[in-house]
Amino acid sequence: MKKTIFILSAILVANISFGQMPDKFVKAMESKIALIDSTHTAEGYTDLANAFERIADAEKNQWLAYYYAAYCNASAGTIAGAGGDMMAAKADKTDPYADKADKQIKKAEELAKNNSEIFIVKKMIATLRMLGDPMNRYMTYGPEAQAMLDEAKKLNPDNPRVYILEGQDKFYTPEQFGGNKEEAKVLFEKAQKLYDTFKPETSIHPNWGKSQVAYFLSQYK
Amino acid sequence: MRPIAKTLFFILFLAITNLLSAQTTITGKVTDKKNPLIGVSITLKDTYDGATSDSSGKFSFKTSEKGEFILTATSVGYRHFEQTIKLEGKGILTIDIVLKEEVTELSAVVLSAGTFEASDRKRAAAVLNPIDIVTTASAEGDLTGALKTLPGAQQVGESEGLFVRGGTAAETKIFIDGTLVNNFFHSNSPNIASRGRFSPFLFKGTVFSTGGYSALYGQALSSALILESIDLPDRTSASLGVSIIGVNGGYQALSKNKKSSWGGAYSYTNLAPAFAIIKQKQDYSEIPVFHDGDINFRIKTSATGMLKYYGYFSKSNLDFTEKSIDSLGYLDRFGVSNFNTFHNLSWKEKLGKRWKMYAGISYTFNQDDIKAGMKDANKNEVILSGLEFKTFDLDLTSNYFNGKLIFERRLKGISVIRFGGEYNYSDEKSDYTIYNGQKFPARLKANVKSVFAESDIYITNNLAAKIGTRLEQSSLIDKTNIAPRFSLAYKLSKQAQASLAYGVFYQTPESRYLPTAASNLVFMKATHYIAQYMKVTSVRTFRAEIFYKKYDNLIKTGLVSGRDLAINNNGFGDAKGFEFFWRDKKTIKNVDFWISYSFLDTKRDFMNFPYATTPNFAAKHTASIVMKKFVQAWKMQFNGAYNYASSRPYYNIRFDGSKYYFADMGKVQDYHNFSVAFNYLPSIGKENAKNFSVYVLSISNAFGIKQVYGYEYSYNGLRKEQIVPPSRIFVYIGAFFSFGIDRSQQTVDRLF
Repeated sequence: MKKTIFILSAILVANISFGQMPDKFVKAMESKIALIDSTHTAEGYTDLANAFERIADAEKNQWLAYYYAAYCNASAGTIAGAGGDMMAAKADKTDPYADKADKQIKKAEELAKNNSEIFIVKKMIATLRMLGDPMNRYMTYGPEAQAMLDEAKKLNPDNPRVYILEGQDKFYTPEQFGGNKEEAKVLFEKAQKLYDTFKPETSIHPNWGKSQVAYFLSQYK
Repeated sequence: MRPIAKTLFFILFLAITNLLSAQTTITGKVTDKKNPLIGVSITLKDTYDGATSDSSGKFSFKTSEKGEFILTATSVGYRHFEQTIKLEGKGILTIDIVLKEEVTELSAVVLSAGTFEASDRKRAAAVLNPIDIVTTASAEGDLTGALKTLPGAQQVGESEGLFVRGGTAAETKIFIDGTLVNNFFHSNSPNIASRGRFSPFLFKGTVFSTGGYSALYGQALSSALILESIDLPDRTSASLGVSIIGVNGGYQALSKNKKSSWGGAYSYTNLAPAFAIIKQKQDYSEIPVFHDGDINFRIKTSATGMLKYYGYFSKSNLDFTEKSIDSLGYLDRFGVSNFNTFHNLSWKEKLGKRWKMYAGISYTFNQDDIKAGMKDANKNEVILSGLEFKTFDLDLTSNYFNGKLIFERRLKGISVIRFGGEYNYSDEKSDYTIYNGQKFPARLKANVKSVFAESDIYITNNLAAKIGTRLEQSSLIDKTNIAPRFSLAYKLSKQAQASLAYGVFYQTPESRYLPTAASNLVFMKATHYIAQYMKVTSVRTFRAEIFYKKYDNLIKTGLVSGRDLAINNNGFGDAKGFEFFWRDKKTIKNVDFWISYSFLDTKRDFMNFPYATTPNFAAKHTASIVMKKFVQAWKMQFNGAYNYASSRPYYNIRFDGSKYYFADMGKVQDYHNFSVAFNYLPSIGKENAKNFSVYVLSISNAFGIKQVYGYEYSYNGLRKEQIVPPSRIFVYIGAFFSFGIDRSQQTVDRLF
């Protein structure tokens, strides 16, 4: 009897915490999310983005699947556009990723409004757009990226990813444009501290970034 | 019970393992028929199962689903693929997928013959960005100034407007949001090119057609400049500017729901400080002063609909004297005061799935009060005998109304058909008062009604055609015309394409040579033939074009009671040439430059020309080099431009009582202009900076090279004098601030 009650309550708890997430969905998501940290190529991220998109399209009402699809496409685009002359135009390479990510994050936003994590990805997409043609786009996408980040911070000031992205911008921007590696360090440390207290809602809610913080902080040693 | 339980457990175990092993492997290869496609997402529809194709186009995945399923394959730039498959829970299913290229605006060939585009849209024809227009050193922040660095346009400095491929400035018409603009430039003064009224930052898209343009536009023999105004601003902001020529301020408010905005701006221009430093050829009794104000609102009427209003008010005044060429020791006086207001309302909306509608109306009221005369050395007004005609008052009052309605229906893929109508109404009144007070009033009301239809047909991604026709009826000459237009584009490779264009263009004779006693005037006519080759990569653009343009029925003028009026349509002419454009953002590190070259061979017999010859606004060779470099360490942008035009001819055309003849002719020296501009942006990169500032220093004709545009002759034909710019060098210094925003477009809105 005791056992039955325990199992029942466990199921109940699981049901509450996962909301309307079917078990199959959570498992599929978990297996793919586990791969994110070990992915470092545009192809790898595209593969993951496609997998998340499949899950998203099959489920249709899970914002997290669209969110991860958009996140992976934005990451794939950022890697595809990296290297070479930073200021050179390469929109033909990066825009297809941004276009896909845009569509997916819009779907995620329809399902989950006013979500800090979604604005994090929107910030990444704006930065990716700028990367496509910095000389001509910094005036439109620069402020947009900043606005998205501001919104993410407003919605959840304890979201560590806000400070990773902010720190990244500070880290990579040349000093004469307002970049500052020391200020970046403060932000990375803040993010690191927030990870100690940050608890994702479920096992499949966004919790990425820890390894990035570790990487950036290792650059100071 | 125990053995039963065991058996049950065993059965259950078997069932589970069976379930686990009951999988189908789906494998295959994705190609576009020729090459493997990488990164294609293959999905078993409505399941989580699927894969992404690898570098050799191969994919493979397992599924435990059973029954009929749909396998899909998707990739950007390709058509969606679907195939029904049957899964039996075992074995290997091999499915090779061939994806067909999707005809999209991004990948399709562009109907680009004769067209230069400045826009954010990533299209082959888009050779410039909106920002390029204001950062072109020789443009002095003027829209048409930047377009003059593109092939096809002449470096004419003595009057405003775009002289395209052997055509006059009147042969270029300018459209804002689809409707005609009647007084695009400020009122002109003799031999001084006036600036455009509208800030280049009002426009997000500029299409400069140097020939063969769409049937949606008409009444321009040579060229159409099609401007698209900006949509909602990014955020609420205020701006302020101070410069050597005046002050300006503006405010733009974006509503909370970001669905509408309103704003206004005012600028006060007074050239007194500039003229105190930079000596002018003219001696001003009233230094040019301009008050320009504008108001606007923009409302998002639906997800795809937008209603825009732009209203403009301007008042300006100037008065100067120059040494008279007609009588030594005396001065010629010229003064003009102008009031202009322009209102444009446009609405675009998607009607259902396949239909789009575009509607626009514009109204212009323009009033010029021109005073001309002669003064003696002490600046007292005088009337010299034999030169009485030089003293007059001319009051010009005009009202213009333009309306346009276009419907667009999507056909298969991205092919579309458009049709609609246009109505242009003008009411021009002139009151001419000669020296003795005698008045000669005249008034001309006219309208042009047009209907048009055109279709963009994309046969494949690589082949597209635009076929159009325009029908125009002009009340002034009571004639109707039919103008066919046709263009074809073929994609040679991923980056290169070839295009052809043909079109017939009609224009009603200019009203300044009307009203006339001559009856039976007809439309002036131009026929364009254009062939183009273009290769575009993300960092380089190469474009070569050859053209032939034939003019028929040009207006010939004659002296009718002292005025040059249209007498018949016996004029004709032609223009042929070739042009190159090369833009390169890569070869020189951090330097973006373009080079354009035009060769023009043109002759025409029009107006009062005694016979067909090269007109005085046409140079055989025209070239420009424009470069831009941003030095990050200094937060400074360096812009330079060099414009060249080979010698233009000049003529003294005189009337011997029965006919016109060339009393004198010659060629002016070559034209050179080196211009530089420095923009300092100290707040760039300062995060959360609420104020953003830009400091500008620009120098036109920096080396002070003498520029001669032509010659003017005294009334008796005995003396001639060079037509030169008001000053050799012009220096512009300004500072611009914007508030409440960081790094926004709005800041640069007030750059000039």
